[in-house]
Amino acid sequence: MSPEPTPSQTIGPFFHDALLDADRSELIPPGHPHAVRIQGTVYDGAGEPVPDAMIEIWQANGAGRYGDPKDEREDLPFDPETFSGFGRFGTDAGGKYSFVTLKPGPVPGPDGGLQAPHIMVSVFARGLLKRLVTRIYFPDEEEANAQDPVLASIEDQEFRRTLVAREEGGALRFDVHLQGDNQTAFFDL
Amino acid sequence: MSKQNLGKIVDTDRETQPPYLYPDYVATRLRAPRKPLIILPKTLSDTTGPAFGRGPIGDLDNDLTRQHEGEPLGERIIVSGRVLDGDGRPVRNSLIEIWQANAAGRYTHALDRHPAPLDPNFSGAGRCLTDAAGRYRFVTIKPGAYPWKNHPNAWRPAHIHLSLFGEAFRSRLITQMYFPGDPLFEHDPIFQSVRDKEAQQRMISAFDLETTRPEWALGYRFDIVLEGRNATPMENRK
Repeated sequence: MSPEPTPSQTIGPFFHDALLDADRSELIPPGHPHAVRIQGTVYDGAGEPVPDAMIEIWQANGAGRYGDPKDEREDLPFDPETFSGFGRFGTDAGGKYSFVTLKPGPVPGPDGGLQAPHIMVSVFARGLLKRLVTRIYFPDEEEANAQDPVLASIEDQEFRRTLVAREEGGALRFDVHLQGDNQTAFFDL
Repeated sequence: MSKQNLGKIVDTDRETQPPYLYPDYVATRLRAPRKPLIILPKTLSDTTGPAFGRGPIGDLDNDLTRQHEGEPLGERIIVSGRVLDGDGRPVRNSLIEIWQANAAGRYTHALDRHPAPLDPNFSGAGRCLTDAAGRYRFVTIKPGAYPWKNHPNAWRPAHIHLSLFGEAFRSRLITQMYFPGDPLFEHDPIFQSVRDKEAQQRMISAFDLETTRPEWALGYRFDIVLEGRNATPMENRK
């Protein structure tokens, strides 16, 4: 008989000392020629910034291969020692987070095709009894985004657009709206 | 994974997991999403996940009673167990991080205003990797209950926060481990947000004489089961 999963509980407000003692906000050095800064603010349903959220990201490398041996595509470079693909950031008093990373390559989709470049995102916070999962897509990938099976599965165009970052002052901006008319699209895994 | 499943939008609140919106836990009211979740088909994006080698983990990181010059006050305990996937297989070499209040119910966190004493010998944070059988072990002290402002006279039952990665992005879990027989369970909306009584039991550790060390520390066992069973096709999962 399969065991039943352990229920999720909120991260609460006091996680910082334990989970954020190592800086995991820069997946590559900011001076790297392909460095991209991705930043944004987490908002609650009243439009107030959320100062006690933790954002985690997980992504493939520039060639589209994940730094995990379970991604067995040996024709692509595998470099988890230099690019882990994992980042973590605790939002500041203004609800802001920021990562420096690179744009991942396209990765395999559910039907044998490709997915547009994207970053997997987990959102944890006081008041979230379980994590929220979303994705960051890239604004300069219009063609690939148009063919992405996950984006295409969201019928409402505006809701779909919540997953695409926008360019702002040399960085990419991706805000997370937990609730409200402009709520970010979240996934059920 | 067929195309028609991709656009399907469902409400997936299962009784064995808490819902996002649980109004008794006041902070959920403005933070729970209200629009239905989008089903995400399984791909490498979520069936892979970060690996954490021993690199960032010190030898004493799983012993929260030996991180300072002196010993912390409180009841010394050993918390151990196994981490399993949804098929009951051990999750190996997987990072577990924990954090908790001290014996008086106070976190070292700057924003914890509970007027209970800090313990200069206790920081309340630890981590370790599971071994080849999925086992883990922490030595710590039993955390105290503490008040919070959710409702009048609100108190959290004693708990230890646990953060686990498992083998994939899909299996990521943050939860809380409670202690058996706590009278605060019935008054705590965070615990009660899990409506299924059997699922509630899966958040409560068990006193364990076998891991109790004579003349030294009480043992509590807590096994953790992560979501994710690669053998089950997506279509049959719901």
